[in-house]
Amino acid sequence: MLRLLFFALIVRPVMALVVGLNVRHRERLPTAGPAVVVANHNSHIDTLGLIALFPLRLLSRVRPAAASDYFMVTPLKSWISRRLIGIVPVDREALSRGEDPLEPVEAALDGGAIVILFPEGTRGEPERLQGFKKGIAVLAERRPDLPVTPVFLHGFGKVLPRGAWLPVPFFCDVFVGEPVTSPGDGDRDGYVAALGAAMTALAAEGRFPDWD
Amino acid sequence: MGDISYPSVQWTLAGLFAVLAVVTAVLWLLRRRYPERDWRELTDRTNSWWVLVIVFAFAILVGRVVSLVFLAIMCFLVLKEYFSLIPTRRVDRRVLFWAYLAIPAQFYWIGTGWYVMFLIWVPVYMFLLMPMIMVIAGETKGFLRAAGSIQWGLMICVFLLSHTAELLASPDDGNPVAGSAGWLLYLVILTQLNDVAQYLWGKAIGKTKAAPSVSPNKTVEGFLGGLGSTLVLAVLLAPVLTPFDVLTALLAGAIIAFAGFFGDLVISALKRDLGVKDAGSLLPGHGGVLDRLDSLAFAAPLFFHFVAFLYY
Repeated sequence: MLRLLFFALIVRPVMALVVGLNVRHRERLPTAGPAVVVANHNSHIDTLGLIALFPLRLLSRVRPAAASDYFMVTPLKSWISRRLIGIVPVDREALSRGEDPLEPVEAALDGGAIVILFPEGTRGEPERLQGFKKGIAVLAERRPDLPVTPVFLHGFGKVLPRGAWLPVPFFCDVFVGEPVTSPGDGDRDGYVAALGAAMTALAAEGRFPDWD
Repeated sequence: MGDISYPSVQWTLAGLFAVLAVVTAVLWLLRRRYPERDWRELTDRTNSWWVLVIVFAFAILVGRVVSLVFLAIMCFLVLKEYFSLIPTRRVDRRVLFWAYLAIPAQFYWIGTGWYVMFLIWVPVYMFLLMPMIMVIAGETKGFLRAAGSIQWGLMICVFLLSHTAELLASPDDGNPVAGSAGWLLYLVILTQLNDVAQYLWGKAIGKTKAAPSVSPNKTVEGFLGGLGSTLVLAVLLAPVLTPFDVLTALLAGAIIAFAGFFGDLVISALKRDLGVKDAGSLLPGHGGVLDRLDSLAFAAPLFFHFVAFLYY
């Protein structure tokens, strides 16, 4: 309920007026779970912008995966991340302990969630596409029928880049691609490359002014 | 100021809705008659017009403060579109933040009737403030380009466009026919009609390109047809919304047609320089808000000073 109010009364109006989203191919977004949306990551607010794209009736199902070692360190951050943003906490160190880092994501998908993943792993340099990591390929391989929708984001890194606290209004672009499912042949590099190509093709739909 | 009880203001707004309803009906008939043709751009355009007219009518009718807030939001959207369109430097994020704050200040001067401050705020104070913040940030690479393009945007999106609000905030007794809202309605209707008429005349009989290197769609015939249509409507609307006699109305119409034509061309030149077709995508069929308001930005200050010279 709190999360619904937060998105309906704060996030959506701010996205509409202060930021301003230019969405292309909105109809390609998944309308039911389980589904995965992958996007490039430039800023904290691109997560909010992506969630706000979904109709409010789907809100309880839309959950971004986020690093628990970053978002769950203080009680306040943890509360905001869980209650307001609704993250699926992912432990980046799980693999080194012999555990499966994708386990919480799989559990959310089993519950019918639409999980937002940022396979670049980190926000990185604002407004520069980075290569995707392979976790998404592992997930898609385990679930061959899982639709993975690539979304290219531009502008959020200008509004609120890493390390900045002062948001500056810019129109932001959200280009949604066709879902890419895994052929299930074990070729993880091939799958990641296919997603990367889809992202590059989406980025080529726009023309973005220099920002350096 | 901005008294909304003038019946002619309400009748004019009702007339706008009637015109749009007729256009929508004709478009619907055409779509049924020729379903094989592509009507999407015209349909999008008309739908966007509905949104624009409804929002505009609401802003005018609800009251003066609401109108000023509405016009301030309009300036903000246009400035945001401009800053999203042009190349900017990362180091100037803070400068752009302050540039946005020029808008609430400008509308505060307008709302409180501080006329001199309204006139000099952007061209003097913002002109001084922007490079001051920039030198504190300390980056000299691309300094002139950044300082120049930021101030240019402020002049067009804030200073020029806010003359619409200054018109609305001027005393009602200058326009005994329809109050200050009459001035604004007259300006906005003629500017927009001039755009549409230029486009239609250009499509129908346009041959001689007016500025081929800037915009292939602008023709001399389109401009003259637009000018003629605007002059006719300027004379017809004058008794409803203004105290203009026929000669004054013709002069006002000519100013609006000329300014609108060149405003459109200037923004076309900007877009061509940046290699984009539209300034944004907020208004389907039109492009961005800057695409819709470029002519108004250039016409508003000229019409304002024309009115201020004759009636205040």
